[in-house]
Amino acid sequence: MKELSLNILDIAMNSVKAKATKIEIGLTETETSFTMTIRDNGCGMKRDFLATVTDPFSTTRTTRKVGMGIPFLKLAAEQTGGSFSIDSRHESEFPENHGTETTAVFDKTSIDFTPLGDIISTIVTLIQGSPDIRWIFVHTTPKGSAELDTDELKAVLGDVPLDNTEVIMWVRDYLKEAYSDMEYGFR
Amino acid sequence: MTVKELCEKCNFTAITLPDGGREINGCYIGDLLSWVMGRAEEGNAWITIMSNINIAAVASLADVSCVILAEGVELEDSVKTTAAEKDINILSSPLPAYETAVKLYESI
Repeated sequence: MKELSLNILDIAMNSVKAKATKIEIGLTETETSFTMTIRDNGCGMKRDFLATVTDPFSTTRTTRKVGMGIPFLKLAAEQTGGSFSIDSRHESEFPENHGTETTAVFDKTSIDFTPLGDIISTIVTLIQGSPDIRWIFVHTTPKGSAELDTDELKAVLGDVPLDNTEVIMWVRDYLKEAYSDMEYGFR
Repeated sequence: MTVKELCEKCNFTAITLPDGGREINGCYIGDLLSWVMGRAEEGNAWITIMSNINIAAVASLADVSCVILAEGVELEDSVKTTAAEKDINILSSPLPAYETAVKLYESI
């Protein structure tokens, strides 16, 4: 994928499919590293399935369940010299605290680092597509952070649904301003 | 032209050739795997310099006739084994992607 935001979209859609009610997307940057964590409270994966998700062949044709998103994200991270991990607790074993956490660490200084791209559109698309999920987005950089929690939005909006066009426009502008405030250079 | 015939005619090296009789109908060049997955056409020879296990999955999903590794890129044994198991032809060319494609064009 040409932009990391598309990888994020893809991984977050796995969380949506896992029937998560809360999905946290965390991006943490230093001068040289970029860490992406996507954590959900969905149904989780059983151990034997979890062991196969980074194997591209567990996801092809006959048994395609999660697409190539995970193998591609792992590759994107590792080709910068970074790392990838995925941890999951299936609801059958962990009825109280099931879910999945995917983490990818990138070396931003590597020439093979994929730019983040249009993260605002990714977040807006996710919220619009699944307005009933609680989305928590936090992007921290050395110059500040952009944060959004749809539960806080809902508290203010009352009966107005999150996928209302004006609300979505507001979310887009809000994030734009946050990125502008921290002088974020989209590449 | 089949993959086996191309391999012999162009002096490429067969890394895996489980389905050498497969017909080549064209060529696609690319290293961004998600891009290749959506654009390479069934039966194309796919020229790339990528060598991780994902190339075998993309080759399988896009149903290309073969993968041609340009610039003499080498493969790990585990990738070779998987490719052979999944009936994926992988050739190696010492030439850069462009020259490899030109040779292929002149042959088919």
